[in-house]
Amino acid sequence: MHTTSAVNGANYLAYQGKYKGLLGWILSTDHKRIGLLYLYSIATMFSIGVLLGLAMKFELLAPGKTIMDAQTYNATFTVHGVIMIFMVVVPGLPAVFGNLMMPIMIGAKDVAFPKLNLLSWYLYVAGVVLVISALIFGNGTPDTGWTFYAPYSFKTGTNLLPAIFGAFVLGFSSILTGLNFLVTIHRLRCPGMKWTKLPLFVWTLYGTAWIQLLATPVVGITLVLVALERLFGVGIFDPALGGDPILYQHLFWIYSHPAVYIMILPAMGAISEIIPTFSQKHIFGYKAIIASTLSIAFVGYLVWGHHMYTAGMSGTAQYYFSLLTFIVAIPSAIKVFNWISTMYKGSINIQTPFYWAVSFIFVFMVGGLSGLVLGALATDIYVHDTAFVVAHFHYIVFGGTGFAFFAAMHYWFPKIYGRMYDKSWANIGWLVFTIGFLALYSPMFYLGMMGMPRRYYDYLPEFHGGNILSTFGSWIMVTGFVIILTNLIRSAKKGEPAEMNPWKSKTLEWTVTSPPPVLNFEIEPVLGEKDGPYNYE
Amino acid sequence: MEEHVHHVEHPDMYDPESSKIGMWLFIFTELLLFGGLFLVYSVYRYMNPDAFHMAAVELNTTIGAFNTVILLVSSMTIAMSTSALQKGQKNLTIGLVVITFLIGIGFLVNKWFEWGVKFDHGIWPGSEHMIENMSQGEILFFGLYFVMTGLHALHIIVGLVVMGFAIRGVANGKVNPDRPSMLENAGLYWHLVDLIWIFLFPLFYLIT
Repeated sequence: MHTTSAVNGANYLAYQGKYKGLLGWILSTDHKRIGLLYLYSIATMFSIGVLLGLAMKFELLAPGKTIMDAQTYNATFTVHGVIMIFMVVVPGLPAVFGNLMMPIMIGAKDVAFPKLNLLSWYLYVAGVVLVISALIFGNGTPDTGWTFYAPYSFKTGTNLLPAIFGAFVLGFSSILTGLNFLVTIHRLRCPGMKWTKLPLFVWTLYGTAWIQLLATPVVGITLVLVALERLFGVGIFDPALGGDPILYQHLFWIYSHPAVYIMILPAMGAISEIIPTFSQKHIFGYKAIIASTLSIAFVGYLVWGHHMYTAGMSGTAQYYFSLLTFIVAIPSAIKVFNWISTMYKGSINIQTPFYWAVSFIFVFMVGGLSGLVLGALATDIYVHDTAFVVAHFHYIVFGGTGFAFFAAMHYWFPKIYGRMYDKSWANIGWLVFTIGFLALYSPMFYLGMMGMPRRYYDYLPEFHGGNILSTFGSWIMVTGFVIILTNLIRSAKKGEPAEMNPWKSKTLEWTVTSPPPVLNFEIEPVLGEKDGPYNYE
Repeated sequence: MEEHVHHVEHPDMYDPESSKIGMWLFIFTELLLFGGLFLVYSVYRYMNPDAFHMAAVELNTTIGAFNTVILLVSSMTIAMSTSALQKGQKNLTIGLVVITFLIGIGFLVNKWFEWGVKFDHGIWPGSEHMIENMSQGEILFFGLYFVMTGLHALHIIVGLVVMGFAIRGVANGKVNPDRPSMLENAGLYWHLVDLIWIFLFPLFYLIT
């Protein structure tokens, strides 16, 4: 019996199970260990993606060839896109913080299917290996852009097949994670954890999981069709054989538009945890946030056509897609108002996660409002396929998901590692990173409005000034990233031991030791009438 | 002590309800996977009604109908195996799953011959015969025919593998009346494979 309590008391990082060392990690079905496996894999892929982005910005420092030719530039933005979309932001928050925290937040011992959870990570790694193999072997690195648009995707001589297959496998990994989370949230909530007491991060994971489940298969089959087109020439997307390449775009965006909500919803969820914690106040409009989450998940399915205004679509269809695009902006705005109202008259405790959360709101708003410029039919024709689109996209996906990821990282870090990071270095990292981010992407709005097209390694001399600022911004941002990363890595090993609840948060993960024990809870938690995720005095 | 350590690492979380929800969610994803193809089919059928009519005549309705019937029977046998398991009749359960398994093999054999005849006539995706002699609509029809029935056949194979595991599970007692999820899910999956065929059969063979 003595051993039992010792084993139960051990935290998940120190715990010595059946296997030792590395095997103890890659064979572990503990959701927390799997979450960390994801964190390290995603951080690695993110760093590679950042280096590729840095190389692209360096190329654009001056007109003409700076460090790479057109073909290399095309390959670079393709690989940057594939890595950042399929390997970083889509799995990002759900796979890392969903795995690490969600079961504890609902008072469960683990996810519903722990082995399937580990399988999802294996599939993730397999997908990564496949895509990387496309870069190393065959006749050149894929150069289609991350969208794999037909007919170029089966005409290009580059080694696209492994990349497509890799994206398919990554999609499968995403589906299985979504499935696992849905069942977990339905079945494993602790007694008293009613749907109206679920932390908002869990709610957003729930909405995200439905999108993962229902949208990913469509892109899966589309990628299979492109692969078959390349292998056999079935003709489905080949105009020479009667196929329709625009149909490819429809199928692709039926997934890939909801996918941006896979990226952003959990980010909104993490922000909805952080804002009330550091405002020390109940979240404003809890049910409105849930409703907006679910309506984003639902309406997000019906707006894919706004990626295709200039591709050839009937005027009527364009009107509907534009209208729906404006409608889907409303729930996001509701969330922003709720976060700001939560801060109002709160007792704000300014800490690093709060800096990240507030800057998230700012960049997300800029990204969201510029999205309306693209969602409106007339203005879209003007800025379509310019640097404006790149700026909007990075403000939303990097400014949104990326900032929320860093916010979540600094928020849950003491829980994950049981150690606190150096707060002043963390704040400096945030400041440098944010300045770099704004300098990097803001000029692109201007350049796009002036007519600089995206996806070219070259540009006209009049765009030089904006590009210099943008490239300088990329260096500042990477400096910030290095500061953040160094601080976190160092603190994970040598930081001050963290308390159980350093931020005085009310959700369940802060009621267990830092780092959490192997089975999360000594005794299964029960939520009483007055308990709740945001019940501050 | 070893036993106990093992227990801590893998808490027994068996919950038949969870397994069932999980399987249904997986079935949704499969439906959407095929949904993409049905969408492509309907667009191209709308664009090429005559060519789809001409091409569909070439398919062998007899083999198609035979495969439909045996697949429906196999759905029945696997449903019966679930009931047999509930009643604790282990041998009957195994027998019924084995019958389902064999019917699945039979379906694939028929498919093999059906595709073989097409190949003999020079009909396969990207063949010169098709590009020279057929209209674009017919090429699309056969492209979709091979992709959709091929993907369906792949699902049959996956179903057979799953049934293989179910048979082993029932035989060694890991799948039993108290823990029937594995067999039930194999059954659900097999019904899905059957259901998709129920749509493929009229779309390719009957609507001419």
